[in-house]
Amino acid sequence: MAEDYVIEMLHITKEFPGIKANDDITLQLKRGEIHALLGENGAGKSTLMSVLFGLYQAEQGVIKKDGKEVAIKDPNDANRLGIGMVHQHFKLVECFTVLDNIILGVEDTKHGFLQKDEARKKVMALSEKYGLRVDPDAMVSDISVGMQQRVEILKMLYRDNEILIFDEPTAVLTPQEIDELMEIMRGFKKEGKSILFITHKLSEIMAVADRCSVLRKGKYTGTVNIADTSREELSRMMVGRDVEFEVKKKAVQTGEVILSVKDMVVASKVHDNNAVRGVSFEVRAGEIVCIAGIEGNGQTELVYGLTGLEPLKSGSITLCGQDITNASIRERSRLGMSHIPEDRHKHGLVLDYTLEQNMVLQRYREPAFQNHGVIKFGEVRKYAEGLIERFDVRSGQGPQTIARSMSGGNQQKAIIAREIDKDPQLLIAVQPTRGLDVGAIEYIHSQLIAERDKGRAVLLISLELDEVRSLSDRILVIYEGQIVGDFDSVGMQELGLYMAGAKRKNKKDGKEGKAS
Amino acid sequence: MKNKKPLAENQMFVAVLASVISIAVGLLFGYILLLVLNPAKAGIGMTAMLTTGFSSLDQFGKVLYQSAPLMLCGLSVGFAFKTGMFNIGATGQYTIGAFCALLGAIAFQLPWWACLILSLIGGAIWGIFPGLFKALFNVNEVITSIMFNWIGMFLVNLLLANMPIMLASAWGASNSDRTANLAQANPGAIIPKGGLDRLFGNSSWINISVFIAMLVAVICWFILEKTTFGFELKACGYNKEAAKYVGINANRNIVSSMIIAGALSGLGGGLYYLAGTIQYVLEKKTLAMGFNGIPVALLANSNPIGTIFSSLFISYIQVGGSAMQPNFSSESTDIIIAVIIYLAAFALLMKGVITKVLKGKGSTTQNADSAAEAEKEEKA
Repeated sequence: MAEDYVIEMLHITKEFPGIKANDDITLQLKRGEIHALLGENGAGKSTLMSVLFGLYQAEQGVIKKDGKEVAIKDPNDANRLGIGMVHQHFKLVECFTVLDNIILGVEDTKHGFLQKDEARKKVMALSEKYGLRVDPDAMVSDISVGMQQRVEILKMLYRDNEILIFDEPTAVLTPQEIDELMEIMRGFKKEGKSILFITHKLSEIMAVADRCSVLRKGKYTGTVNIADTSREELSRMMVGRDVEFEVKKKAVQTGEVILSVKDMVVASKVHDNNAVRGVSFEVRAGEIVCIAGIEGNGQTELVYGLTGLEPLKSGSITLCGQDITNASIRERSRLGMSHIPEDRHKHGLVLDYTLEQNMVLQRYREPAFQNHGVIKFGEVRKYAEGLIERFDVRSGQGPQTIARSMSGGNQQKAIIAREIDKDPQLLIAVQPTRGLDVGAIEYIHSQLIAERDKGRAVLLISLELDEVRSLSDRILVIYEGQIVGDFDSVGMQELGLYMAGAKRKNKKDGKEGKAS
Repeated sequence: MKNKKPLAENQMFVAVLASVISIAVGLLFGYILLLVLNPAKAGIGMTAMLTTGFSSLDQFGKVLYQSAPLMLCGLSVGFAFKTGMFNIGATGQYTIGAFCALLGAIAFQLPWWACLILSLIGGAIWGIFPGLFKALFNVNEVITSIMFNWIGMFLVNLLLANMPIMLASAWGASNSDRTANLAQANPGAIIPKGGLDRLFGNSSWINISVFIAMLVAVICWFILEKTTFGFELKACGYNKEAAKYVGINANRNIVSSMIIAGALSGLGGGLYYLAGTIQYVLEKKTLAMGFNGIPVALLANSNPIGTIFSSLFISYIQVGGSAMQPNFSSESTDIIIAVIIYLAAFALLMKGVITKVLKGKGSTTQNADSAAEAEKEEKA
């Protein structure tokens, strides 16, 4: 009975106005195990971790470290107890060096002057020991996302943390980097450190975790040993029903060219080089073309150029036979372009508008919704109710819900409803499932497939390799603003090599593209 | 339980209660200040502040009369705010509007309504500049509009000083530091009283301006809430990037909203100076009226209908404040008015507190409700 638990969170209840984010949740972390925490968006994972890390105080429940009850009032308390956390969005000072970031907050000083030599030795030793390659003198703003994550991990190690929390660490990494991270985590386990690993991705849990606790809608569903479970069981525990993993789709039947891009060049906002450097491709009716690549290789600017949010430096775009290189955003929209934007809060929604107002955001000027400039709110309501019904958008007060108060998945569904209902010729979907849980992902994938089967052209920009592989009819790999690969199908590792820029191939060649 | 909403969820109730409590706290603090400044007269002072507005029909007429320009300046600030712009230039637009109205009235002998249209146009022109600078060069509108406050004020002084016909001295009075008395220069330019003076016991203040202002408030509300134009303006204000994404021309909307905001302030200036009770005095400081539009708009949370009530409230306090003299200096009454308005603006904060308190009481029933709802969801 006497298990060696390093951290126990017993019967934690945390309430926010109007919602119980954590309702009587118990989580027990054994010494030296990798414990996954699984749950949909809004299931309460982040809240629970924030309670453990001292960012929130629970209303009920106790936290025990090594069997003794402790009070964690702020992250400093957590640090003292040896709890460290890698946040989903890194907390690094961009204009500091790697070393400065690691020691920030626990610097050694002598007469008020920084003493970095000891720190440098310790960091290098840790880096060596766990295979965390970093350049201590590089500016954080200059290093890759993968290295930034290693800096975050080193921060925890430098503080001699024994309990390491990883909040969705793989979301921003390439397949190779994910493998490396898994290896590093196994290394920590060998050293006797305990790891809490928050993720949506079942395959990663199956690969690396020892046990997994599942949350659903703020409640605790159970803890299972990974050795005795399956992906299907985990997803059932998380969602409460069976989930389809394999996307079913009919054979591709392409029609005429809908979108044609020639030698597109788009300037970068962050550096002097162009972000998109002479990209050419076509998308035909009835196919899903996916642009795969690691974040920051020009995808964002490519989409901005296509949709008219940024002007092209050179090149041309043709939509349904019409030259739209210099057309306004509204004109492109009228010609049949729909755009599910990368950032739903920045572009996709007016968060302080209601759901119904957001749903007519593309169409309020149509005669159906306005008469001499006066909006027909009755019609808007009816239209929104129809969309809510058809696309199963859930919210507190139906069409009158303020968009800000909705969950991320339902916000995304609302955007997809709006963009698909425009009946577009071309649907540009940029990371449409980013940050969503399996249930919502499954739904959004089925909608994209449905558009394709209707004979629409779909251009999908995604960082998720699983998504790229299961949805696309054709894959274009983008690296440093150029298309470096064009495949009908390709193996996972192979794709990773192209994305990392290690391989490139400009002409389409079916045989070479096949998985090796 | 279904047909009766819990009190905490009745937004209207909470909002009104929050405002009332905030104002009460503000008055309490005001009273404490009075006690500090002049303990012997504190009671009298507070009574004056609270009752003067209703003490006679004449004074109530004054409250209404003063609220009209306040209301328009508040609408101006609020309208721009809804579009994401902070129009701190209301006072400059107000001054230009006043000048244009007086120019029409005195120099061109136009009827009152034509003068009001001139004030509208003058204010609108003054609003274009900050809007254009923001749209074309991304210059912060706060900086531009503050500069245009001073430019407007000195321009008007300069013009008046060089237009002898505009000054009181040209119309039978001796002073040349102010514009002509409209009763002598052009009685037709005085805004009609519409019989209200008889209703208000021959109040010298009252005219139809407050109703014009209320009508404008309703029009503003209609534009913002019911039209595609307002829909676009607000979308730009809430999220400029999203507005751009759906193809709304954000820059055009910035300019339009500043033009409208300017026109509203300008009309406020016209309404105030065409009442015939006051003459424009050449001074070296910007007029307070435009700045007072900011608390009016803030109190109303930029809602045009709310602006009607917040401007009446502030006008009432101001009329009361002027009745506190000579027991209290005008500076100290200004401080007290500021304290009251400042605390009244805590209404939003108070709203959160009230919701929490009411929720605390009804939490057991609410939990049962949400549990039942969750169960239903599960079944579905």
